[in-house]
Amino acid sequence: MEFISDHLLTLILFTPVISAVILMFIAGDQDKLIRWVALVLSLIPLTLTIYLWVNFNPDQPGFQFQEYYTWYSPINASFHVGVDGISLTMVLLTTLLTPLCILASFTIKDRVKTYMILFFLLQMGMLGVFLSLDLLIFFVFWEFGLVPMYFLINQWGSEKGTRTIFGRTINARTYASYKFIIYTMAGSLGLLLAIQMIGVVTGTFDLIELFQMWPSVEGVVLGIPVSTLKAAAFWAFVLAFAIKVPVWPFHTWLPDAHTEAPTAGSMILAGVLLKLGGYGFLRFVLPLYPVESQRYAIILGFLAVMGIIWGAFSAYGQTDFKRLVAYSSVNHMGFVVLGIAAAAYAINTQDATIALEGAVLQMFNHGLSAAAMFFLVGVLYERTHTRDLDKYGGLFALIPVYGAILIFTSMASLGLPGLNGFISEFLVVRGVWPIFTLFTILSMLGLFFTGAYILKGIKGVLHGPLNKNWIGHITEINPREVLVIAPLMILMLWIGVWPAWILDVINKAVIWFYQIN
Amino acid sequence: MQFPVLSVIAFTPIVAAIFILLIPSDRKTEIRAAALAAATFALGLSVWVYFSYDVQASGYQFVERYSWLPQLGISYFVGVDGMSAPLVLLAGLVMFTGVLISWGVDDRPREFFAFLFILATGVFGVFIALDLFMLFFFYEIAVFPMYLLIAIWGWKVTREYAAMKLTLYLFIGSVIALVGALGMYFASGLGTFDMIALESANFTATFQKIVFPFVFFGFAILGGIFPFHNWSPDGHVAAPTAVSMFHAGVLMKLGAFAALRVGIMLLPEGAKFHMSWIIILTLVNVVYGAFIAFVQTDFKYVIGFSSVSHMGLVLMGFATLTSDGLLGAGVQMFSHGIMTALFFAVVGMVYDQAHTREIPKLGGVRIAMPLVAVAFIIGGLVSMGMPGFSGFVAEFPIFMGLWDSYPWIAWVAVISIVITAAYIIRIIGKVFFGKIPEEFKEHLHDVRALDKVALVVLSAVLIIVGIYPTIMVPMVQSGVENVLRLLGGA
Repeated sequence: MEFISDHLLTLILFTPVISAVILMFIAGDQDKLIRWVALVLSLIPLTLTIYLWVNFNPDQPGFQFQEYYTWYSPINASFHVGVDGISLTMVLLTTLLTPLCILASFTIKDRVKTYMILFFLLQMGMLGVFLSLDLLIFFVFWEFGLVPMYFLINQWGSEKGTRTIFGRTINARTYASYKFIIYTMAGSLGLLLAIQMIGVVTGTFDLIELFQMWPSVEGVVLGIPVSTLKAAAFWAFVLAFAIKVPVWPFHTWLPDAHTEAPTAGSMILAGVLLKLGGYGFLRFVLPLYPVESQRYAIILGFLAVMGIIWGAFSAYGQTDFKRLVAYSSVNHMGFVVLGIAAAAYAINTQDATIALEGAVLQMFNHGLSAAAMFFLVGVLYERTHTRDLDKYGGLFALIPVYGAILIFTSMASLGLPGLNGFISEFLVVRGVWPIFTLFTILSMLGLFFTGAYILKGIKGVLHGPLNKNWIGHITEINPREVLVIAPLMILMLWIGVWPAWILDVINKAVIWFYQIN
Repeated sequence: MQFPVLSVIAFTPIVAAIFILLIPSDRKTEIRAAALAAATFALGLSVWVYFSYDVQASGYQFVERYSWLPQLGISYFVGVDGMSAPLVLLAGLVMFTGVLISWGVDDRPREFFAFLFILATGVFGVFIALDLFMLFFFYEIAVFPMYLLIAIWGWKVTREYAAMKLTLYLFIGSVIALVGALGMYFASGLGTFDMIALESANFTATFQKIVFPFVFFGFAILGGIFPFHNWSPDGHVAAPTAVSMFHAGVLMKLGAFAALRVGIMLLPEGAKFHMSWIIILTLVNVVYGAFIAFVQTDFKYVIGFSSVSHMGLVLMGFATLTSDGLLGAGVQMFSHGIMTALFFAVVGMVYDQAHTREIPKLGGVRIAMPLVAVAFIIGGLVSMGMPGFSGFVAEFPIFMGLWDSYPWIAWVAVISIVITAAYIIRIIGKVFFGKIPEEFKEHLHDVRALDKVALVVLSAVLIIVGIYPTIMVPMVQSGVENVLRLLGGA
C-alpha cells in the first residue's frame, strides 16, 4: 500500500500505457476479450483516483502527492507531478469518462485492438496535462494527446459524408481530422516558443518556481524589454488554449471534429479535451501573467460572450443533431472562459473566487453533460443511421426510456435548477455580474437561446408526428447503454442537489492557488 | 594495453568486405550471412562503446595513437567524445539495419555489400578521427563507394545523373575544405595534423575569419546546407534503399560533424564572425526545405527534402553557438539519422512491391503491411517534433538556443513544424490509409521478418530517446562543454 500512496499519481498516469501494452499481446481477432480486458483495465485509474480523492486533504494548501524525477537535466526540465483541487477534479473527470467511453465503444467492430490502445494513449495524454508541474512535461502531454485523437477521427469516424476542398472531394472525416490536428498544432507553436523563451529567461521549467519567479521578472532580456516579451508570450499561451477550448472565433475546427468522430471520440473530445484549454487558462495564464491577464481580460470576456451567443445561435440553426450538440459546447465553454476572464480582471475579490469556482465546476459539469449528450446522439445514430433532426419525429412513443434519459440529460445541459448545470452557470453569472455587468446581460441572451436549441433537439427527436418508417426498426436503449449513461446521470443529479462535496475541494484550491485573501 | 575497440569497429567492415569478396558470387546466402555477422559485431561493439563511455570524466576516451607519417606530423589518432559516441552508435545501427533491409538485393550482392562496407569504414573513421589528415582520409573513403552504389544499384531513371551530381558536389566540397585544412596546417606552425594540438594553435582572428568559410562550407555541403543542398534529394532518390539510409542517416551527419569538429572547434573566432549570416542560410534550409517537401508527389523526394529541412536544424543549432543549440544539434544528428533511415527503409519496402512512389497512385498500404505503417507513423511523429519522441528532445533545445542568440529566427523557423506535420500527415493519410487501388490488391504482401526486425530496432530507439532523454543527453552535453570551452565559455 505504501508503494501505491507514494507513487499514486505516476500510477494513475501510466496505468493506461501499461494497459495499452497488455492489449498489444492479445490476438487481434479476439474482439470480445479485448473489449472486456480494456474495460476492466480502464477501471484501475478510476479506482486509484477515487482513492486519491479520499486521501486528498482539501484543507492543506499546496500541491499534494508530488513526485519528482530527473528527466532532461541540461535544460532543467524534470518529471514533476502533483495535484491540487483544480486538477483533482479534472483527473476525476478523465478517469471517470474513459471507462464509460470504452463501454460505449463496444459496438466498434473494426480493429478493436488498435482502437482501444489509442484510447488508452489518449487518456494518458490528458491525465499528463492535468498532473504536470513542469512546463516542458506539460507540453509533452499536451501535444501527445493530439495523435491518438487524430487517428480516432480519421479511422473510426463517420463513414458517410464528403467535403469539397479546392475542387477535390475528400471524406468528411479526413477533412475534419486534418483540420483538427493542423489547427491545434498551429496553436501550439506559439505556446512552444513561449515555453522555450521562459526556459531561456528563467533557466527552469518547474512550475512551482515559475509561479514565484516569472511574474516578477523585469528588465531587459535578449535585447527586448521583458514586458514586451511577456505580452507576446501571454498571447501565445492564450491563443493555444483559446483554440482548444474553443473560444470564438477559433472554434471552427470543433463542429467538424465532433461531428465526424466516433461516438466515444466525441464524448472524450467534448468531455475532457476541451477542458485542457480551460485548465490551461486556470493553471498557466492567470498565475503566470497576472498583469497581462488583467489588462486584456475585457477582450477575453468579450470573446467569451460572443462564443456564448453565437454558439447558441449556431446550435439553433443546425438540422444535424450531432452538430447541434457540438455547437452547444461552444456555448457552454463560453461560460468557463467568461468566468476566467472576469476573475482575471478583478482577481483578489470575493466575486473572482465565485467566478473561478463556477468556471471549474462548469468544466466538470460540461464534461458530464456533453459526454452524455454525445453518447445519446450516438445511440440514436446506431439505430437510425441518420443524424438529421427532420427525419426522426415522435420517437418518444417507440423508445420511452431513451426519451426520458434524453430529456433528463438535455435539462442538465440547459441548466435546469436541481441539476448540475444550474449550479455552475449560476456561480459564474453571480461572480461575473459585479465585474462585467454588460457581458453578463448579453450572455443571458445566449442562455435564452440555449433553451431554444435544447428544446429544438428534443422536439425533433421525441415529439411531433411519429415518423412511421421507424416503427419496428428502432429498438429501445439496451442495458449496456444504460450502464454507460447511469453514472453520468447520478452525478448530474448529485451535484445539482448537493454540490458541497466537490465545491469544497474546488473552493479551497482556488483560494489557495490564486492567493485570494 | 587497452583493447583497441574503436579501430576494431572501424576496420570490421572493410575486413568483412574483403572476406565477402572472397566468397563465390553465386553463394548469395553465405554472402548475406557474412555481411550480417560483421554488421552485428560492429553494432555490438558500438553499443558497448556508447554505454562504457564515462560521462563524468568526459573528454576523449578509448584513445589510440600510432605514428603514421611522422615527417609530416600525421598519426593514426582516434577517440570519441560525447558528440561522436552517439554518432558511432548511429552508424552501427544504420549499418546493421541496412544489411537487414538489403537481404533482397539480388543483383551482385557480393559487390553491393563490399562497397557498402567500405563506405561504413569511412563513416566510422570520420566520427572517431582525431587527426585532421585521418579525417580527410576516411571522408574520401566514405564518398567514393557512394558513386558506385548509386550508379550500379540505383533507380534506373536517374542513377547516372544523380551519382555524378552527388560525387562532384561532394568532391568539390572536400577540396575546398582541404584547402582550408592545409592552410591551418601551415599557419599553425606546429607541423602536426593532430586536432587536439591544433585546438590550441592560436590562429589569428583574421586568419580564422578568412579560412572558416572554406572549411565550414566544404563540409557543410555534405550536411546539405542551402544553397548547396540540391545534390542531396537527387542522390537520396536514386540510391538503393540501404544506401539512402546510409546516405541520409549517416553521411549527412558526417558533413555536419566535420563542420563542427574542424570548422567551429578549430576556428572558433571565425565561427563567431560568420555564424550571424550562416544562420540565415540554415533558416532557409529549415523552412524552404519543408515547403519543397510539401509539394513533392514522389514519396522518396518528400523524405529527401525533409532531410534538407531537418539537417538545416542541425546546422542551425551549431550556428547559435550556444550550449542549448549545440546540445540540440548533437541529439538531432542522432535522432534524424535513425528517423530518416527508418523513412527510407519504409519507402524502399513500399516501392519494392508497388513499383511506384507517386503518392496519388498509392493507398491502403497499411492493410498489407501493418508494421510498416506503424513504423512510418512513429518516424513521422519524430519528424514533426512530437513530444515523447526523440525529435522533440532534439529540436526543443535548438529553439532554446535560438532564443538565446537570434530570437526572431525562432519565430520563422517554427513554421517548419506545421509544414512538416502537414506533409507527414498527408502521406500517412494517403499512402498508408486511404483506399487501396485495385492494381495493388493482389500483389501487396507483408514484409520479410528481417525487415520487421530492422523497423522495430529503429522505432524503438526513437521512442526510448524520446521518453528517457537521460540516456543520451548528458553525454552530448559533455561533448558540448568541450566545444564551449574552445568558443571561450560562451
